[in-house]
Amino acid sequence: MRRTLLAILLVLLLGDAARAERLIVSVSNHRVTVTPNYSGEELVLFGSVEKDTTTPADRTPYDLVVTVMGPRADMVTRRKERTFGIWINTDYRQFLQVPSYLALFANRPFDAITSPEIARRQQIGLNNVLLTQRVSGDFADVVPNDAFRSAFIRLRTQRGLYREDGSAVTFLTPTLFRTGIPLPAEVPIGTYEIEIKLFANGAFIGKTETAFEIVKVGFEQFVATTARQNGLIYGLATVAMALMTGWMASIVFRKD
Amino acid sequence: MQLYLPIADLPVNVFLVLAMGAAVGFVSGMFGIGGGFLMTPLLIFIGITPAVAVASVASHIAASSFSGALSYWRRRAIDPALASVLLCGGVTGTTLGVWTFTQLRALGQLDLMIALSYVVLLTTVGSLMFSEGLRALMRTRRGALPPRRTHNWIHGLPLKMRFKRSKIYLSVIPVVIVGIMIGFLGAIMGIGGGFILVPIMIYLLRVPTSTVIGTSMVLTLVTMLFATMLHAATNHLVDAVLALILMVGGVTGAQFGARAGQKIRGEQLRLLLGLLILSVGIRFAIELVIQPSDLFTIRELGVSG
Repeated sequence: MRRTLLAILLVLLLGDAARAERLIVSVSNHRVTVTPNYSGEELVLFGSVEKDTTTPADRTPYDLVVTVMGPRADMVTRRKERTFGIWINTDYRQFLQVPSYLALFANRPFDAITSPEIARRQQIGLNNVLLTQRVSGDFADVVPNDAFRSAFIRLRTQRGLYREDGSAVTFLTPTLFRTGIPLPAEVPIGTYEIEIKLFANGAFIGKTETAFEIVKVGFEQFVATTARQNGLIYGLATVAMALMTGWMASIVFRKD
Repeated sequence: MQLYLPIADLPVNVFLVLAMGAAVGFVSGMFGIGGGFLMTPLLIFIGITPAVAVASVASHIAASSFSGALSYWRRRAIDPALASVLLCGGVTGTTLGVWTFTQLRALGQLDLMIALSYVVLLTTVGSLMFSEGLRALMRTRRGALPPRRTHNWIHGLPLKMRFKRSKIYLSVIPVVIVGIMIGFLGAIMGIGGGFILVPIMIYLLRVPTSTVIGTSMVLTLVTMLFATMLHAATNHLVDAVLALILMVGGVTGAQFGARAGQKIRGEQLRLLLGLLILSVGIRFAIELVIQPSDLFTIRELGVSG
């Protein structure tokens, strides 16, 4: 709510300049299917910045920040400590409704695009993205160098699920741009939101949104949904399969 | 060939998993055990979470013990009465085990408990079996007779029952307790428990060797089928695709293992098995004691919306 108000305020303050550009974007594929031999994929996002009559003639080169957010989920980060000579999970933090996949791409380093103040407000860079934690009954994000927060980002980055790259967006012409969105093999299933934010001369001048979805198809999808929704029937089927395999083996290898 | 496992959410090489199933099947056929205590650690080792590994291995063990149980049934080497009493305990134990599994998972201590159980159980059973095998080997070398079997305190317990096919007269109390214990451990650790059950039945309950393996297989079969059902219904962790690959590899490997096992003498077999169990236990112990490469772990609590 507060962020929306800020955005409105910003638009009002910037006046005409804020409505001077239009962003037109598209992704190469709006529906990614996870098949049995799926081992990762790369989507391409491309678009252009459309100027109109109100655009100031002396507009400096544009900067773009693309944020891709996967389906949100609650996650727990746990820390091990040595207790009685062995390593045991002791402390933990719960992250609430954080993106299961998060990628931030820009055409140049994030700190070069805009001021720290605007970067924080627009959530530019992994350090500035809002990751809500439950801290003793309260809901808040913590400082970027918090041990749990940085461990969380580091682990997600290791799995290829969180990433930031200050050189992934390329401008083909001063107004035409493209970027790749790498999706790892163990990509979460669901709807992905993409936010494209336009900056010029350090100021935020507009954004647009698009989305794509990742779905499991065929047998994989069937197995995963059945397991989750009809656990009992799924269990019975697995049991039947086990018995069949065992029975067939005893027939095939029967010593006569 | 890569295959995407729907529940483990992980692409794996089919041939690697098939080979693992066959290798464990070979060992299990050789020693006449289910092999869960090898399969679960191997799956954890290739990156499958301990929870999914434990739940999926249950169905794999069910398949291999069913093919075993069928052949023992044909040879009339199963005691139905003894199996039913064991099962009363087994089903109770499995229910308790799956419930504990769910609780531990919510607390974030499941992986630790799985590792700890492996350390305690495998090092104990492994060293007992190893030393017993060693002693037996020495005895045969010296040409001495094995010590005569005597009745122990267990045979003084009330509620006695006659088990006809095994030709024993035994209280049902220890039998039910053993069933509960095996069912509980099986559900938490992803093991059939044959390698603990068989020695207990032979040394403590004095069940004759003619019916011991067949009867223990029936207990393994039913508890593992039940564990599969419960894990599927409550935790949604059973990966049927993974289980199927393991089963196919496992039952095939077991046939060759059984043939190889017949060529080795009983004492040597026990010695080898003890060593194998011991080394798996030690491997888990080392992992608990050395500092993990990363102190932090993440667990997703399910995607919403």
